Amino acid sequence: MPSVETVNLSKRYGSFTAVSDLNLKIEGAKCVGFLGPNGAGKTTTLKMLTDLIIPSSGEALINGVNVHAQKKKALASVSALIEAPEIYASLTPREALTMIAEIRGVPSEERKKQVEDAVAEVRMEEWIDKRVGKFSKGMKQRICVASALLGNPTIVFLDEPTMGLDPRGMSEVREIIKSLRGKDRLIFMSSHILSEVSDVCDEVAMINHGKLIVYDTLPNVTAKFSGVNNVVEVGLAHSIDSKIVTQTIAALPGVVSAEKVDDKNLKISFSGGLDVQERLLNDIVNLNIGVISYKAASSELEEAYLKLITATL
Amino acid sequence: MAQTDFESKNKVPSSMAQVGTITKYALLDYVRSRRFFIMLTIALLISALLTILVGYYRPESFLSSELTFYNRWWGTSVTFVVVLSGIFFGGDAISSEFQNKTGYFGVPNPIRRSSIYVGKWLAAFIASTVILVIFTAITVGNGFYYFSGVPYEFVESLLFALFYLVAVLGFTFFFSSLFKSSSISILVTAILFLFAFTLIQELVADLVQIEPWFIITYGAQIVGNVLTSPYPQHQITTTVARFTFTSFNATIPEGLAILGIYFIVTAVLGLILFERKEF
Repeated sequence: MPSVETVNLSKRYGSFTAVSDLNLKIEGAKCVGFLGPNGAGKTTTLKMLTDLIIPSSGEALINGVNVHAQKKKALASVSALIEAPEIYASLTPREALTMIAEIRGVPSEERKKQVEDAVAEVRMEEWIDKRVGKFSKGMKQRICVASALLGNPTIVFLDEPTMGLDPRGMSEVREIIKSLRGKDRLIFMSSHILSEVSDVCDEVAMINHGKLIVYDTLPNVTAKFSGVNNVVEVGLAHSIDSKIVTQTIAALPGVVSAEKVDDKNLKISFSGGLDVQERLLNDIVNLNIGVISYKAASSELEEAYLKLITATL
Repeated sequence: MAQTDFESKNKVPSSMAQVGTITKYALLDYVRSRRFFIMLTIALLISALLTILVGYYRPESFLSSELTFYNRWWGTSVTFVVVLSGIFFGGDAISSEFQNKTGYFGVPNPIRRSSIYVGKWLAAFIASTVILVIFTAITVGNGFYYFSGVPYEFVESLLFALFYLVAVLGFTFFFSSLFKSSSISILVTAILFLFAFTLIQELVADLVQIEPWFIITYGAQIVGNVLTSPYPQHQITTTVARFTFTSFNATIPEGLAILGIYFIVTAVLGLILFERKEF
């Protein structure tokens, strides 16, 4: 089971403490959102987890291996996209990605296919043999996302992966992250976009002033800290009678209120955590009303985020 | 902290193999870069200029003997080609990883920073050697045109030039590790090699009458001096009016030692700096 752990991890720059005694343990295949305001210490933590910077004290461990002391072993099954990397300008995506595949030990017979598949995943097939130097920022970011797919990593660190991408690119990268989630991977992703975290992540870790504020499942965080009921948005294939919403759905266990946003979308408030949310999904699906999507609304996460961050200012 | 039982499915290659990977792709990046073509153009321009001037004027100072020809042609220009190559390919080799953010692409992978450093150093050495080989080929071609063969002293000089390139690249990589700005690291190394070292060398020898054994360009004198017969005296003192001027010439063992020590010290320091430098 993949694991990422920080033990009393600190990073100081003179009198400024970027990360302070951070203790965080993430285990298992899941996607964890890493949230915090600018300067909270998110990127610094990710950099210490990938040996881009050296901790002032404490340890950054991947699968129990100290990243700074045994970098090659610790990062053997890790891929990372930290900040906005640049690629050697004279190389093509094929060459740059083959270099990364070679470094990560992808067998030579699989390398070509893996590189081409990764490039196809980020929809850059047309550009695979063009030099990177001429690419836009968004195109380079796509190639960097492709590099994170190489070598079948079991842990993926992503630092604001949709930064610099156009709306379509952002959506595509989110889909890629979602597809990665189902492959026994641990994804640790920092982001400022709360809707993105709600959409993609199972758990959230919040950090401010270099200190961990909370680490829990997304529903638990919103249930504990948003101060209101959890809300899910349900997408339907077709319109349903309003009575089903106000009488049948509103009467389901845990549901506080249910309303139609429009003909094909419902907004359901409920009290409780992940277990209630799971049961609610089952109940709604069993009503045979044509459920095609079910997701936690981001507003609760936003409220929890603002509440927690304000409390630590 | 107990290690978990989770093991990677990938077999990460040895550090040596990863050095090869970095060398291959860094070299590809170098030879396709604009600076490679600029460096090649400079080497070809120097060669063309010498070919035309010597061919047209047939100067006695070049053509009096085979050894003199190589001394004047190669001995006076090759160190310049070596230094320029070192600056072009090594001047920002490491600092660019920080400034251009290419380090964010390669470093957070299961690879030691030393493998990246050595791989890039080898790529810079190979790219510089390509330039040096082209310059050598044109020199030898002209040598064959005017004389029948190549004196063994020229082979020695070529080996010394390659050794000087090793030392120069060690030094430029060290300075490149010192700074995070590409332009500053290139500028500082260029000023040092093209002006400062020669100036210090002259001042120390002439004014203080101390042998400048601590200057890399002093050690590099062996590249040209080996083409002089007899080999220049170690110390030459000249008195003009009331003034005494002293000049020194590095002996071959001394020159090799200076270049070797420069390379070892700067390579180790550069590696330590890169290992500790933070992104």
